[in-house]
Amino acid sequence: MENKVNSVFARALHYQFLFEELVKRDFKKKYKRTVLGMAWSILSPLLQLAVMTLVFTKFFGRTTPHYMIYIFCGTLVFSFFSDATKGGMSTIMGNAGIFTKVNVPKYLFLLSRNVQALINFGLILVVFFVFVAFDGLPFTWKFLCLAYPVGCLILFNIGIGMILSALFVFFRDIQYLYDVFTMLLMYLSAIFYTIDTYSETTRKLFLLNPVYLFIRYFRKIVIEATIPTIWFHLLMAADVVIALGLGCFMYKKYNTKFLYYV
Amino acid sequence: MSILEVNNVSIRYLTGDFKEIGLKEYVMRKLTRNYHVSEFWADRHVSFTLEKGEMLGIIGSNGAGKSTLLKAVAGIMEPTEGWVTRQGNVAALLELASGFDGDLTVRENAYLRGAMLGYTRKFMDETYDEIIAFAELERFQDRPFKQLSSGMKSRLAFAIASMVQPDILILDEVLSVGDGAFKKKSEAKMKEIIAGGAATILVSHSLSQVEELCTKVLWLEHGEQIACGDTAILCDLYQQYLDKTITLDQARENLAP
Repeated sequence: MENKVNSVFARALHYQFLFEELVKRDFKKKYKRTVLGMAWSILSPLLQLAVMTLVFTKFFGRTTPHYMIYIFCGTLVFSFFSDATKGGMSTIMGNAGIFTKVNVPKYLFLLSRNVQALINFGLILVVFFVFVAFDGLPFTWKFLCLAYPVGCLILFNIGIGMILSALFVFFRDIQYLYDVFTMLLMYLSAIFYTIDTYSETTRKLFLLNPVYLFIRYFRKIVIEATIPTIWFHLLMAADVVIALGLGCFMYKKYNTKFLYYV
Repeated sequence: MSILEVNNVSIRYLTGDFKEIGLKEYVMRKLTRNYHVSEFWADRHVSFTLEKGEMLGIIGSNGAGKSTLLKAVAGIMEPTEGWVTRQGNVAALLELASGFDGDLTVRENAYLRGAMLGYTRKFMDETYDEIIAFAELERFQDRPFKQLSSGMKSRLAFAIASMVQPDILILDEVLSVGDGAFKKKSEAKMKEIIAGGAATILVSHSLSQVEELCTKVLWLEHGEQIACGDTAILCDLYQQYLDKTITLDQARENLAP
């Protein structure tokens, strides 16, 4: 067992340089030919937030307390999820030129794309905390608990990214299906509405949506200053294990097959 | 102990309808039983060993299974049957100019390629200038890669790969790129690497190059190993086969002791 851990560690070190270069490449390519460059990673979610707040407070007259932070929790989590998974989908196909020529682990490409999404998320998270401060919400020690949903979300994104990128090699249709799916998921994640008025059963059904769980966790801590129950934590962990397990299984099973399909 | 041992390797290659068809087509064809996946043996029962300082040339017509065999040696593909053992690190140069990123600069690409070949950052920092000098790309370092000519791209790829002293170096149609002057330079570099103790595998359509450089030759045809052995004899027979003065069977007879 110790040997195995050692060899995994040695392999990780061996690929560290490649991994860094891949992350750099993904970054450079993303902001190529944009005037504002990285500023867009903060600007675009903020503009999105502005639009949503405007539309739902002015036109629909929402009166939920701390409504802007309520929406921000939703868009913060959801944009990280959709950025990481949508970007992750094409990582195997997009790097076919590399892994058909050099023997490198294929998950490196996905991880590098996820690092990029994570850095974006980190930037927005800082802005989020600034907004929270301006909104007059108190910062409590409970904010430290946010590390749990963030950690879970990172792993969840990697798992879903693995599943998608493997499927994408075999069926390119996935990208269109997934676009529709993420739209549906967005509406089902209660980003701009509350589910308090729904029946008990409907509210339970929302718990089946992993993205909703992450959003709910953020709102509980930031707006309500309460820590979710242990069951809530376990439910999130279960989602992560399922996604990551399925993703690893697919990568392992098709590792030598991808070559034939690209 | 040989540095590289390829033992009775067979590789089954998948081809057929599965590529480039979408979900709808897949379901339709499955339903109408029109879904065909054919398998063929890209390589069948190939065996050879390679010692330090040896250079193996692989010859054979297009589709003989050369590139597939190299991929198995490099570890990119796994043999369906048989096994490959390597003592030491492998640097593989397959289809040179591909695998670069057109949007990145020459410098960024050089580092990325170096990383792919398993170099360390320290090593790249130290040898970067040497690489650029060898590839004669000093004036192009910060240009986007796609602006380079294909000859320049191959020169860079060769320069990067030849920097390290790999235990096993795999070259697929590498030396046939670049102009006359660069060819001379790269051949000299190759000889230096071989002299340094590396075992090299060379795939080339230039028979004269194989004859000049290689210490032994593997002849593949339709995935089958015709022979593996002396360079002069095999190159001569292969030339006759290409000229159609002898058939494959006659060549086999000639080779039989």
